[in-house]
Amino acid sequence: MNHLPQAWGRPRDDVYGPYDGSYLQNDGPNQHSQSPIVTGTSVLALKFKDGVVIAADNLASYGSLARFTDVKRLRKFAETSVVGFGGDVSDMQYLDRLLNSLDIEEAYGSTGHTLNAQNLHTYLAKVLYKRRSNFNPLWNQLLVAGLDGEGKPFLASADLLGTTFSSPSLATGFGAHLAQPLLRKVAPDEETASKLSLEQAVEAVKASMKVLFYRDARSIDKYSIAVVTKEGIDLKQDEKLENQSWAFAEQIRGYGTQVN
Amino acid sequence: MTMFSQNPLMNGPNYSFSQTPTMASGANKEHSFYPYTDNGGSTLAISGNDFMIMAGDTRSTSGYNINTRYSPKVFKIGGTTSSQDDATLVLSVVGFAADGHALKEKLDAIVKMYRYQHGKPMSVKACAQRLSTILYGKRFFPYYVTAILGGLDEDGKGAVYSYDPVGSYEREQCRAAGAAASLIMPFLDNQVNFKNQYIPGSGEGHALVERAKDPLPLVVVEALVKDAFDSAVERHIEVGDGLSMMLITKNGIEEKFLPLKKD
Amino acid sequence: MFRNNYDNDSVTFSPQGRIFQVEYASEAVKQGSVVVGLVSKTHAVLVAVKRNAEELSSYQKKIITIDEHLGLSLAGLASDARVLSNFMKQQSLSSRLIYGRAIPLSRLVDSIGDRAQTNTQHYGKRPYGVGLLVAGVDELGPHLFEFQPSGMTQEMAASAIGARSQMARTYLERNLEKFADCGRQELVVHGLKALKESLAQDKELTVENCSVGVVGIRPDGAKTIEGFKLFDGQDVKQWVDLVAEGAEETAEEGMEVDT
Repeated sequence: MNHLPQAWGRPRDDVYGPYDGSYLQNDGPNQHSQSPIVTGTSVLALKFKDGVVIAADNLASYGSLARFTDVKRLRKFAETSVVGFGGDVSDMQYLDRLLNSLDIEEAYGSTGHTLNAQNLHTYLAKVLYKRRSNFNPLWNQLLVAGLDGEGKPFLASADLLGTTFSSPSLATGFGAHLAQPLLRKVAPDEETASKLSLEQAVEAVKASMKVLFYRDARSIDKYSIAVVTKEGIDLKQDEKLENQSWAFAEQIRGYGTQVN
Repeated sequence: MTMFSQNPLMNGPNYSFSQTPTMASGANKEHSFYPYTDNGGSTLAISGNDFMIMAGDTRSTSGYNINTRYSPKVFKIGGTTSSQDDATLVLSVVGFAADGHALKEKLDAIVKMYRYQHGKPMSVKACAQRLSTILYGKRFFPYYVTAILGGLDEDGKGAVYSYDPVGSYEREQCRAAGAAASLIMPFLDNQVNFKNQYIPGSGEGHALVERAKDPLPLVVVEALVKDAFDSAVERHIEVGDGLSMMLITKNGIEEKFLPLKKD
Repeated sequence: MFRNNYDNDSVTFSPQGRIFQVEYASEAVKQGSVVVGLVSKTHAVLVAVKRNAEELSSYQKKIITIDEHLGLSLAGLASDARVLSNFMKQQSLSSRLIYGRAIPLSRLVDSIGDRAQTNTQHYGKRPYGVGLLVAGVDELGPHLFEFQPSGMTQEMAASAIGARSQMARTYLERNLEKFADCGRQELVVHGLKALKESLAQDKELTVENCSVGVVGIRPDGAKTIEGFKLFDGQDVKQWVDLVAEGAEETAEEGMEVDT
């Protein structure tokens, strides 16, 4: 998939030919979103021994404009799961409201029952698939982090088409290209992930966030990071990327001001 | 600049909203949201005299990305428990994974209700017919999947039913579907249905005698499946990582997993 | 049966504040053969006496499996129970479909309770003529719920409904403290003993007329629960023999040793 949210859900050029953008007329009956407007970039997550680490930066872009620089894209659910949102921010806020009402509904009445991360992911995937089937997509790619029914670490993705998958490490958007290879090096399979310590996992995710900030033009150095374990959620929303080294920048050739 | 030309707002790598065209050039409006994607992968089913094998790789892709190395596309259908250990049917779906999941869950719910209401498992034949009507029910917004249904028929013989996305179906001896179908199917024609195999020295031209179509034993079929996937992995980038196999006999369904190359 | 003028519909109170149609519906429950349910810390059990209308007919189904984690037993109009159990099956399938979760028992029972209640408040509707015992397990452990045509639902430690069920309830009340720590077999035996109390003089528990449903929590280390399993015919012999007339004494002694 193309990392640019604008291209999500569109037919691939190499398969279907260049896209016909003639839909852009200002009248007609269509009210459904045809493209995301204010967007968040990558979300990263990695499983470890006792849970999952998940992170996303705090930027909401309006095209190439860094429009909102303090948008929290990780959301807690029922103190047991975290959802990370990539893609359209208004759709993220809609989903946030939806999850709020789901949370209230679940907490109401019967005591002791909660939806775990796996249940939550199944539900969200159903919502997204239903919306795409009505040609009215929620333009997001989500990562759901938490624990499954057996109390084991759970991490899965769901996107605007309703596609779902699960893996020891996941990254959305640009992160799928840049961060996922780094995370896969740390946790190539479930077994390796189940032996990772919290520190190792956090370090890998933070390193990946830094790489993304270096190379993703739609990213920012302020980010949120959450650790989900059976003890609960440790969510920090005002982290700053540390120990950046831009020494590599002057090595870059081929564009910019220098000519050679 | 393939990457950027996908964005209909721009005709190149520019990324500025000032360049957004405000009026359309064409008369007819078209949805820019495309509700499908291809998640790659391949599936394969072969039936024997008293068994059938359904197999599929476990890689899930988006373009050149690997989403995950483990996303099985072969499912047990219609068991009474969440682990499906008393199921009698298997379904494989390949193509658009979200549609595949939706189709699987719909069929599973229907077969479960059948079992609840009739107190017995659904026959493959009945389930095959039902699956066809489910697919055809979405004829004008199809499930973008190639499905294969497997089980044992009323006589205990292995049964394979293959489908197109809108419900055309047929019972076959074997079938390969998905990304590497065009690589695997000819191999199957030759190795399962003995196409182009003649008895040496039996004659010239049309006088050649075809090799007798004896049913294959389980061990041979299992080896064929493995070979088919090992070969497909070698030549197709969307196939690999793992092989999930289901073997159906009168004793039930046996699940097997084998690693495939991850490159 | 000519009780009074206030029993033609279920929306009119009698001057004494009663709704006779609902009370009559409860009478239908008492016409049904007896069913018993009880829970321990690990299991929930349903036992029931099946009746055959005549020698030549088959026995009425008394226990229905709804989902892997729950089942119900009924007393009263079997056809009403079928409607309710179909609804419960749908609810439980849709919970698995939407959330990938086994529906919590309390939620499922509340939903049929709400359905039954609307029947008692709309003109032209008829209350369900059936009582249910719903047994199952969810993430909070094993549960037993009782459902009545009035829409009343209640979680129970042990319960019996149907014809002459008072006798069974008396047994259950007397032995209540023992149930919590019972193993699977002990719990079934207690259920059958309670059931026996409610039998008519000339009746006996046999493999033909007896149904048992058992469900249990996930044992330590196991990945899944011990799913709801219905036992009929020869499969119940193992327990029926334990409570048979002759075996009574020895079985009783065995139980004493255990406690």
